Amino acid sequence: MTGEIGQLALALAFALSAVMAIAGLAGARETASQSRALASSAAIGMFVFVALAFGALMYAFVTSDFSVLNVAQNSHTAKPMIYKITGVWGSHEGSMLLWIFVLAIYSLFIVFAQRGSARLTSAALGVQGLLACAFLLFILFTSNPFLRLDPPPFEGAGLNPLLQDPGLAMHPPMLYIGYVGLSAAFSYAAAALITGEADAAWARAARPFMLLAWIALTLGITLGSWWAYYVLGWGGFWFWDPVENAALMPWLIATALLHSALATERTGAFRSWTLLLAILGFSLSLIGTFLVRSGVLSSVHAFASDPTRGVYILMMLVVAIGGALALFAWRAPQLQGGTAFEPVSKESALLLNNVLLSAAAATVFIGTLYPLLLDALTGQKISVGPPYFAVTFAPIFVVLIALVPFGPRLGWRNGDWRTALRVLAPALGIAMVAMLAVLAFVTPHSLVAAMACGLGVWAIAAAVIDLAKRGDIRALPIGAFASALAHLGLGVTLLGITGTTVWRSEALELLKPGQSMPIAGYNLRLDGVQLLQGPNYQAEHATISVISNGHIIATMSPEKRAYPVEGQATADTAIRTTGFSDLYIALGDERDGGWIIRAYVSPLAPFIWFGGAFMALGGLAGLWSRLRPRRAPATKLAAAE
Amino acid sequence: MNPKKRRRLYFAAALVVAGMGGAVLVLGALKDNVLYFYSPSDVATKHVSPGVAFRIGGLVEKGSVSHGAHADVRFVVTDGRANVPVEFHGVLPDLFREGQGIVAMGAMNGTGTFDATEVLAKHDEKYMPPEVVDALKRSGRWKEGGT
Repeated sequence: MTGEIGQLALALAFALSAVMAIAGLAGARETASQSRALASSAAIGMFVFVALAFGALMYAFVTSDFSVLNVAQNSHTAKPMIYKITGVWGSHEGSMLLWIFVLAIYSLFIVFAQRGSARLTSAALGVQGLLACAFLLFILFTSNPFLRLDPPPFEGAGLNPLLQDPGLAMHPPMLYIGYVGLSAAFSYAAAALITGEADAAWARAARPFMLLAWIALTLGITLGSWWAYYVLGWGGFWFWDPVENAALMPWLIATALLHSALATERTGAFRSWTLLLAILGFSLSLIGTFLVRSGVLSSVHAFASDPTRGVYILMMLVVAIGGALALFAWRAPQLQGGTAFEPVSKESALLLNNVLLSAAAATVFIGTLYPLLLDALTGQKISVGPPYFAVTFAPIFVVLIALVPFGPRLGWRNGDWRTALRVLAPALGIAMVAMLAVLAFVTPHSLVAAMACGLGVWAIAAAVIDLAKRGDIRALPIGAFASALAHLGLGVTLLGITGTTVWRSEALELLKPGQSMPIAGYNLRLDGVQLLQGPNYQAEHATISVISNGHIIATMSPEKRAYPVEGQATADTAIRTTGFSDLYIALGDERDGGWIIRAYVSPLAPFIWFGGAFMALGGLAGLWSRLRPRRAPATKLAAAE
Repeated sequence: MNPKKRRRLYFAAALVVAGMGGAVLVLGALKDNVLYFYSPSDVATKHVSPGVAFRIGGLVEKGSVSHGAHADVRFVVTDGRANVPVEFHGVLPDLFREGQGIVAMGAMNGTGTFDATEVLAKHDEKYMPPEVVDALKRSGRWKEGGT
């Protein structure tokens, strides 16, 4: 029964999304207030029915209703309850349903927030309606999660064990809140082009959606990277895999968008550029979806691929991106420019930020798509790996991080870089000291790594100084913390990446019980390996004593898990962290009565994810200050800006 | 020149400079840092110079896997027409099995053996690296539906 309810709800949601699109766009005319009311009602109705469909699928998963094909293919009665729930988006069909669910939630936000003029809101709802229409059609015709299986099998096929992990359970919803959040920014941008209201008020109206999308993308990428680190057992955190790049590109453009919109909001500068970034951000989300879901890439993200899906997403891509860009080309030249600014000013700093971030996004775009293009044209198979990104992406980010601290210290319209430098001089001093200290005391000595550490410390120290100069920390409005926290996070992540990449120790040994191996001042002794029975897997559970200076300081237990239902194996690494350094152990194959043990000591590794958390916190601070009416006008903040 | 035009000019100039800088970086990087994929037949016919990094893919020849001291492992990658011996020091992926498709990264050493720095196997039973499928199709060893 639930399957039919879900199916019906999806069909009704589709009808309502069509109403929402037509009424919303019609409501962009001044006089059409009835259309606007209809669009709002349709948006609420669509949310209700999409939520019902999502609930129906979740119910089918929770009750292990194997008469639903999707459940039979992706679930199993022995699976723990949490993974039955997260299994809802563990398949292509379910993840598309999650996508449209998030889109419906954002549409609801647009209705109830009523940010910007009634015409702008209505047109934004209309564009959201068009997107919902396209996605619902896609789900109904190519990716229906409610297809029946008759007769129902006795047992399900299970879920890819790599996906049965708490970190990964939250990763797709986070990324989708980010991807789809950019659809709200996209819809507002298209609405602004339609109504001609691309002014400061527009940027203010769309900002919470941009911020929310950016925060979610930041967290989603951070979670994904953390998951790869502890699940894949290689101790790496970022592989420049096309699927990772697919999430990184929208993040880079969303970051540029946040900064550009700041200028649009304050002085009306960069209006058309901000609109273009909003369009590009969501376009890259769509391209990412196409790359990941169409099966052109091979990875854990590529579900059973079906060419019709790829073609459909490609068509949607062409229509959405082409349509939005055509609208932009037609309407943007009519937009008014903002007030003028001097070469040294906050506007120029934001401009430079945008140029660098866009260039970074472009290098990732080329590195990701070039192999696909070459394969399609010549059949030549190549892969573009870390060395390419090390010489293209990294230098751009080095320049960006070196300049980031100046932005918040420059005034609008006309800034003074000498004053900014004087204020930031202590940070420069601290960074130099840090660099020299690293060069002198940390082995192996590396000038590049020392400079990278200096750069990270520079960003962190400058963010702290910036915050301190704004006034008494306890009295500052929350919004004042936004840029400082985000920029500080950038520095922290840089330190983490540098420490892990340059000073990581690795050891690999075949150990019999009782034998031990040295790594970076520790001695790891294999005490034994037991067989354990998990809820839906069998584990080889190793017990390893960590010995330092003759004392056992910890016992660690890496596992290898075999999932009989899915016929797969995963490694469950053991990580002991001090917050500054990780000891990381993965269990390998058994051989001749011993086990292969792989261990890493990764200095500063946790900083990579702490930095991501700081950035997200900065975004949250910005979002909080936007959604709450300001208390007293913050005069000190205005002066600092 | 009014301020608006001047600002546009700055913007255009910055974009052009960034674009050119980016193009130089990207083209140089693509020229030097691209990893080619070769099947064992390609390796046999193309005479890849020792030390040049590339990726190789094919099936692990049945009965060819032998373990050395510590964590050393040797095996043979085949596409049915040609064989390439591979040496690897490290932890093999959880789904590394004889007869299954793998992709390895590394370079040829002077003695005709591929020194692998990394070995990737398929993530699960249903998945075969697409490059391997392609290499097997070219050598006529690909059977639809059976891996």
